[in-house]
Amino acid sequence: MATDKPTPIIVSNLKGGYNGVPVIHGCNMTIEPGEIVVIMGGSGSGKSTFLRHLIGLKAPMEGDVELFGKSLYGVSEMERLSLLKNIGVAFQSGALLSSMTVAQNVALPMIEHTDLDEETISFITRMKLDFVGLLGKEDLLPSELSGGMLKRAAVARAIALDPRLTFMDEPSAGLDPVIAAALDELIIKLKTSLGMSVVVVTHELDSAFKIADRIVVLDRGYIIFTGTVDEIKNSDNQRIQNLINRIAEEEEFDPEAHLKRLYGEI
Amino acid sequence: MAQSSTSDKIVKGVTAFGRTGKATVTGLIDGISFIGFACIILWQSLYLIALGRRHAQPVRLRHIAAEIHTAGIQAIPVVLLMASTIGIMLSIQGIYSLRVFGAETQVTFGLALSIPREFAPLITGILVAGRSGSQLTSRVGSMRLNGEIDALSVMGISPLRYVVAPSLVGLIVSLPILVAIANIAAFGAAGLYINIVLGIGPTAYWADVLSIVTLVDLMHSFGKAVIFSMLISLTGISIGMGVSGGAEVLGKATTSSVVTCISAIIAADAVFALVL
Repeated sequence: MATDKPTPIIVSNLKGGYNGVPVIHGCNMTIEPGEIVVIMGGSGSGKSTFLRHLIGLKAPMEGDVELFGKSLYGVSEMERLSLLKNIGVAFQSGALLSSMTVAQNVALPMIEHTDLDEETISFITRMKLDFVGLLGKEDLLPSELSGGMLKRAAVARAIALDPRLTFMDEPSAGLDPVIAAALDELIIKLKTSLGMSVVVVTHELDSAFKIADRIVVLDRGYIIFTGTVDEIKNSDNQRIQNLINRIAEEEEFDPEAHLKRLYGEI
Repeated sequence: MAQSSTSDKIVKGVTAFGRTGKATVTGLIDGISFIGFACIILWQSLYLIALGRRHAQPVRLRHIAAEIHTAGIQAIPVVLLMASTIGIMLSIQGIYSLRVFGAETQVTFGLALSIPREFAPLITGILVAGRSGSQLTSRVGSMRLNGEIDALSVMGISPLRYVVAPSLVGLIVSLPILVAIANIAAFGAAGLYINIVLGIGPTAYWADVLSIVTLVDLMHSFGKAVIFSMLISLTGISIGMGVSGGAEVLGKATTSSVVTCISAIIAADAVFALVL
């Protein structure tokens, strides 16, 4: 690990939520260069909100996020935008611009942020599409792509500028196992061949165990665990065991409150 | 028992009153915050247009050109059609009412005083509100729903400079040109009609028109065009930016955008008429 590179991301004491109601409580996390970190957690654990805070879409209530040693929220809008050029994000739904073809989508960050000429940009675009296995699909519109292709196109756009840090939201959710496995391979390839740090948000256990250098478990807005795959498997925390062994949570049952809820009184 | 029912009624009455009051206050606050939001969008867009390049967020000419193409050039046929129809209708109406005084030949006066100041900008404004106001809302709204606006931000591309500012500039450029076209079309069609019905030749007609229409009238025409264009684009964009939820919300937002744009135009027109 090169020591001269700034740490891609440092999350310190992050507290965030919606309309003044905290969903994320005092989270701390650091991601090193060339590391794949998987953020896991059940539905409603605050994963998506946490991710929105990390990628500059949502100002935290307290605490800060540092990208490559620079504060993400303690700066002006314009500075934040220029800081965000250093990261790539592949959204769960792809979020490709629907009015543009796949190639135009992948080329967009290069057109907007570099002075490269058209020919170079279209060559790099085809290279990135080749990397995700979409060469030949340049002229399709996002609406003409399948779910798996959309996600891969989103990855191609995320890595268009060769960022040192890439975020992926649920890359394999809703995909068949073969394509999901291919995406996992792709993520590992990003690390090994391009030296990227990758943050993957997922609740797919198999995929997490396969790709992760480190796993961070979020539960009800708290980071309850950070460690390697082996460490998480050997953890004696009941909620973590429930999560990784797919055991349903037994909530305390209050018949009176339940009845009231049924009557619509609560 | 009777007492309790009376007090029930009072309680109900007070509750209903309170609810109406609350709805009014919420409506007012919503309205004010909407205007505030639109002002922020305007200010930030103007800032990006002026200084975006310094922050590596340039508002690109080709995006503006694309907006001018959709909002302006593609609207020309329908503006021509509507404006000429209005021109002919105004002359029919003018000749009909002036006949009472036996002064049909003075119809050009009426036209020259009302087309540039009132009809051309208003008709074009309403037309563009229907076309571009709704288009802006549905485009920005669906980009928001699909996460495209968020995606632009995390790519380090300000959505305001990539989507909003070009639309704003595009409309501010397009609408005055469309109003100019509407003026010419309305006068031209009216002239043809007057030529056929009253036998006034084009030379005499246009000489009349040009001698009556003043610079102030034209300034009115284009001033209104610029203000209407800002109202349309800001309303369309602000409503689109506020879309969250699902497809149904987007449909409602688009409808409300057209209604709000047209109301805003007519209100602004009334202010113009009263003040100037």
